[in-house]
Amino acid sequence: MRFNTALRNLLIVLFGAFVLSACSTTKKGDLTGDVYTGKETIEYLASGVPDRVFFATNKSSLTTAARDTLRKQATWLRKNKDLSVTLEGHADERGTREYNLALGERRANAAKDYLMTYGISGKRISVISYGKEKPVNPASNPLAWSQNRRSVTVKAN
Amino acid sequence: MKKIIIFSIFFVLIFTNANSVIKVDITRGNLDPLPMAVSPLYVDSASEKSSLFNIDNLGNDISKIIERNIKSTGLFNPLDKDAFVQKPDIAHLKPRFEDWRLIKAQALVTGKLLIKDNKLKVEFRLWDLTAAKEMLALSFTTTPANWRRVAHIISDKVYERLTGEGGYFDTRIIYVSETGPKDQRVKKLALMDQDGFNIKYLTLGNELVLTPRFNPANQLVTYMSYFKNLPRVYLLDIETGIQEIVGNFPGMTFAPRFSPDGKKIIMSFAKDGNSDIYSMDLETRVVEQITKHPSIDTSPSYSPDGKYIAFNSDRSGVQQIYIMRSDGSGVKRITHGSGLYGTPVWSPRGDLIAFTKVRKGRFYIGVMRSDGTGERLLTENFYQEAPSWSPNGRVLIFYRETKSDKTGKGFSAKLWSIDITGYNERRVKTETDASDPSWSSLLSK
Repeated sequence: MRFNTALRNLLIVLFGAFVLSACSTTKKGDLTGDVYTGKETIEYLASGVPDRVFFATNKSSLTTAARDTLRKQATWLRKNKDLSVTLEGHADERGTREYNLALGERRANAAKDYLMTYGISGKRISVISYGKEKPVNPASNPLAWSQNRRSVTVKAN
Repeated sequence: MKKIIIFSIFFVLIFTNANSVIKVDITRGNLDPLPMAVSPLYVDSASEKSSLFNIDNLGNDISKIIERNIKSTGLFNPLDKDAFVQKPDIAHLKPRFEDWRLIKAQALVTGKLLIKDNKLKVEFRLWDLTAAKEMLALSFTTTPANWRRVAHIISDKVYERLTGEGGYFDTRIIYVSETGPKDQRVKKLALMDQDGFNIKYLTLGNELVLTPRFNPANQLVTYMSYFKNLPRVYLLDIETGIQEIVGNFPGMTFAPRFSPDGKKIIMSFAKDGNSDIYSMDLETRVVEQITKHPSIDTSPSYSPDGKYIAFNSDRSGVQQIYIMRSDGSGVKRITHGSGLYGTPVWSPRGDLIAFTKVRKGRFYIGVMRSDGTGERLLTENFYQEAPSWSPNGRVLIFYRETKSDKTGKGFSAKLWSIDITGYNERRVKTETDASDPSWSSLLSK
């Protein structure tokens, strides 16, 4: 009887460990290459319009998912003609500060250029880079860094 | 903003003895620091009292600052005062050399001070105990408020006499003070003496400020501020507190530094996803575009003769260090090792460039010759960058950040220094967390 209790406790512990490891596997699943593809940290400008896109390390090219998000933003901006936005470009903490400022600017401009090719006037879009200064996730791990490499579209009026 | 007055100090008397025995070699790590005795300075009994300090302790306090300075070089070993064998006033007149040799001291610093008519008059001597000779004697006058600088100036003169190199103690560090959680940092410009004392905060922390750097005369600081959420390069006069935006750029300017003659500021300007290097003449306000390339060109730094500029660019696909003539011609890549290279800073001696290297997720501070050869990595860590040179080109100060856990805990930013020998790595203590240090030149030249 006592043995059974011990065995059951062991099984509970093992099950717990399994659940935990399943969680961390899900987190790893939120990265494609090293680009964040999950839903955490994302806010919505309107229903179904995510506010941010994510980038690979040291890159500013737009992924398929990023282009998809920006097209939704462009549609939303076309419907709301009086709105203007600021694109906030960010980098992770794994680069030198000054280079990261430039990289954040390049990322936000990549997003801006894409919105413009979908018919949004450049006059409605301003850009600012915060480099590595404003992490959305303060952890020092690959998941946090992937969430911090971002361009966030913010309503400016 | 507090007004900071930099007093000029007049040297009135110098006589040195050229034929001495002691010479400290600083070109390699020193595992056998020179044993030295720093006697408390004798305070003349005719001295006036001051509200700034306890006059009875002043001689001892100054000697302790000197000990701390010279010990921090790793080259000298200041001996315990309990073992001292002579009273300060008598030792200052002429030490009994054989008695000091008994406690294994090889050099001795003695001094005397007098405060009269609100002036602090200081006199000190450096003695070679082995050769039983005076090596250096110097006296100067300053205001009593400058008493810590007195200790730094004596430290510099002792260091210079014993190593044959310029000193770096009578200097300041400008840096960014950091407080608050990692994702809501409050950053202020801060100024302190090289040893961490006399901290003054130059901004209130209402806006993000980054990368302050001194001009060669140490009266102006150029830095980046997000004032009104417009990231721009600023110029601040430390004495008057007056600040202004540098140039009229329609976008972000960042990564500023002065030219070696102090007449220009060189920086990056980012527009439409492209960062190039520009300079602005502070007198004529003429702006010159120096690089024109669809890549990120940033972190520019002039050579000490002003003829060349080192910078980092990702034009090859990854961040690497380049040099060019100061008009932008003759661009040449100088780093070819594996990994990323950034933040090149030219040594004030002109011989070396300090840099940050990132390789396999680790950060290194290193030095190389200005043609990229002779790379030496001095220190490795989780995150560190932004080296700045001591005025004698022998020590680098930089900042280091620690890893944080899932909630951001464990994060810190601290200042560190290391000799270019790769030895003598040490924390530079600051009241708050700190980053982006920039070393001034010597305040009294």
